[in-house]
Amino acid sequence: MDQTALKRTPLYDLHVALGAKMVPFAGYDMPVQYPSGILAEHKWTRENAGLFEVSHMGQCSIVGPNFESVARAMEMIVPADILSLKPGQQRYSQLLNIQGGISDDLMITHSNWEGLEGSLYVVVNASRKGFDFAHIEENLPPGLTFKRYDNLALMALQGPKAEEALAKLNAGVKALAFMNSGRFDLAGIAAHVSRSGYTGEDGFEISVAGTDAAELWNKLLSDPLVRPIGLGARDSLRLEAGLCLYGHDIDRTTSPIEAQLQWSIAKRRRADGGFIGSHRVQRELLGGVSRKRVGVKPDGRAPARDGTEIQDESGRKIGVITSGGFGPSVNGPVAMGYVETAYAVAGTPVSLIVRGQAMPAQVCTLPFIPNRFKK
Amino acid sequence: MKFSKDHEWVTVDGTIATIGISDHAQGQLGDVVFVELPKVGRVVKAHESVATVESVKAASEVYVPVSGEVVAVNAELAGDPALVNRAPESDGWFMKVKLSNAGELAELMDKAAYDKFVG
Repeated sequence: MDQTALKRTPLYDLHVALGAKMVPFAGYDMPVQYPSGILAEHKWTRENAGLFEVSHMGQCSIVGPNFESVARAMEMIVPADILSLKPGQQRYSQLLNIQGGISDDLMITHSNWEGLEGSLYVVVNASRKGFDFAHIEENLPPGLTFKRYDNLALMALQGPKAEEALAKLNAGVKALAFMNSGRFDLAGIAAHVSRSGYTGEDGFEISVAGTDAAELWNKLLSDPLVRPIGLGARDSLRLEAGLCLYGHDIDRTTSPIEAQLQWSIAKRRRADGGFIGSHRVQRELLGGVSRKRVGVKPDGRAPARDGTEIQDESGRKIGVITSGGFGPSVNGPVAMGYVETAYAVAGTPVSLIVRGQAMPAQVCTLPFIPNRFKK
Repeated sequence: MKFSKDHEWVTVDGTIATIGISDHAQGQLGDVVFVELPKVGRVVKAHESVATVESVKAASEVYVPVSGEVVAVNAELAGDPALVNRAPESDGWFMKVKLSNAGELAELMDKAAYDKFVG
């Protein structure tokens, strides 16, 4: 990609000043790691508090005359229960295509921001925001409006010490439950804070005006509990936590049921359908799927990367790795991928074809590291 | 110590070349978590991919800069792959090759030329 065409986030200069290695990611020049390296950053996040900039992600709102009209419109395009979201509450879901494949995964919040009560605040993947924003907007019924927030920054503070660190700026954040959010003054900066993340740890995602981002970033980093973490460790953390990466573990060909995301589809939605792609979801919930997303643990030390073929013991292809690498907290290789349903049982021995050699591995349950979300 | 454009280094003792990856290369790779080495006895050709270095993020090929027979590999790297990061140009060596064409060494750069090459 032409480096000059890469977009910069509000904190670009600070990443460079911290010595980050910058790489192209979804059209943005992003920090993949800081000088301490991915292993140290990963472990720091699991033990302390890691600060990530994720302003490349897409933030938007759907605004309407009341929450019910907005929620019903959203329920046309996602399989999650949106109507039951209480103000401030947040839910994970997927945008589906008419074939029931996943166009993107996203976080949907019933906004309790002053002046935006009753609207939905939505965060989507950077690589998909062009598609997602157009898709959401064109599916809105008359009377509802779509707003994209290109001038907001987004950061994530993740890890067992995240609460302690953020509470120094506003003790009120301690009261936030997992998957809940609110408006907080963080040492003079207006922020939307949600208790959520992409690491398997407790933590927060913090949306602020792009012009306030540097001040908040520096304030958080001045705390010895907090260190900057790049996209490299973000990937290894989410892989150990068993979380999907769009374009790898889920894409327009995989359904939420194949991806084992049925936990994110409430009973009412399963029964009633009525969302784009619901035919396949309902059919698969009743009749099962031919392949499932599973964890894969190589027996040896060699990582198996995205695209690695999975074979059964007779050498027949039964699936493919969709994310794979080294898990610093597991201290060994970890992977996830899709296998034929008959093999999607923990403990099933399989072979991974790495550089032409069959490498022994086992199907396992996810996550590799137990989630430590705030109860 | 001589260097290749593929970021390997070579030192020669008699007819035996010791080969590893440069400090610059390990810095680019980041934390090394696994190294796959060739079998002892394998006959290799210059510029052939003979080993793989896995960092947290990605796998990278290692191209042997000289031809010959692999006579030893660094067993330490199996248990401590991070040795490649800590001591890339000494204890973190990859393999020893009995040279079959010492003339190939002339194609390699000295340290000053290599430093200039990587800028």
